[in-house]
Amino acid sequence: MVYLTRKIEFSASHLYHNPELSAEENRRIFGKCNNPHGHGHNYTLEVTVAGEPDPVTGMVLDLKELKEILEREITQRMDHRFLNYEVAELKGQIPTCENIARVIWDLLEPKITQGRLHKVRLYETTDLFADCTRNGASRA
Amino acid sequence: MSDGVKIELGRRYRFAASHRLHSEKLSAEENSRVYGKCNNPYGHGHNYVVEISVSGPVDPATGMIANLADLDGFVEREVIEAFDHHSLNEEVAAFRAKVPTTENVCIEIYERLKHFPKAKLERVRIEETANNSFEYAGGESKIA
Repeated sequence: MVYLTRKIEFSASHLYHNPELSAEENRRIFGKCNNPHGHGHNYTLEVTVAGEPDPVTGMVLDLKELKEILEREITQRMDHRFLNYEVAELKGQIPTCENIARVIWDLLEPKITQGRLHKVRLYETTDLFADCTRNGASRA
Repeated sequence: MSDGVKIELGRRYRFAASHRLHSEKLSAEENSRVYGKCNNPYGHGHNYVVEISVSGPVDPATGMIANLADLDGFVEREVIEAFDHHSLNEEVAAFRAKVPTTENVCIEIYERLKHFPKAKLERVRIEETANNSFEYAGGESKIA
């Protein structure tokens, strides 16, 4: 098995607020992230695909194709967007790193048909990230 | 997680500390041969980066596996306060009898953090320098 990883970046704004909690609870749980005007991050996304290299092309999958999938599914959907208001898949969820990584996993998994999606790692900052895998197979 | 997709939260912390690699079980010559420059009796230091991963259900009310304030506070109390700007050999009890290689530092930090009450500790990865990193996920090592 070979693991191939492609990295992209996107910039987006978000805020953390749960309408079912009081203003005070929201402030206590989410701190600065509860600012109603939102704030933003430069996200870095690493997508790892696992598979056997095709004997003819030597590729697990064509990187051009992966690049296009990421452009279409992720960059166009999330780059320079306000995640709470403009990404339908995040409606009703707090757009934490965990939840965004999961949405990205669900968007990409069915689109990757050569090899299989092995891992999604989303960095919100260099010091904070979330990993998504199937069955916790996080080694790559 | 019932659908088989697992989410982990990763967080990086930093501390600076000194250490000396020296084993009481080895002769002066052997120590010098095995540890080289790291055996200097005055010790030396590193800027360590500690990367930890935790897992658990994502709370639908908060979107979080664990609140970062809780995780950061726990790591600060259990590890950073005890390690940052200290001599690992002289000031961290675990390294009186164990050589503070980064392998052993990984295990010690794992042991300190595995009791985090809000999520399951998956692994500890330490960058001793930008070029050396070590990882420990608990349990006995099984060489495949």
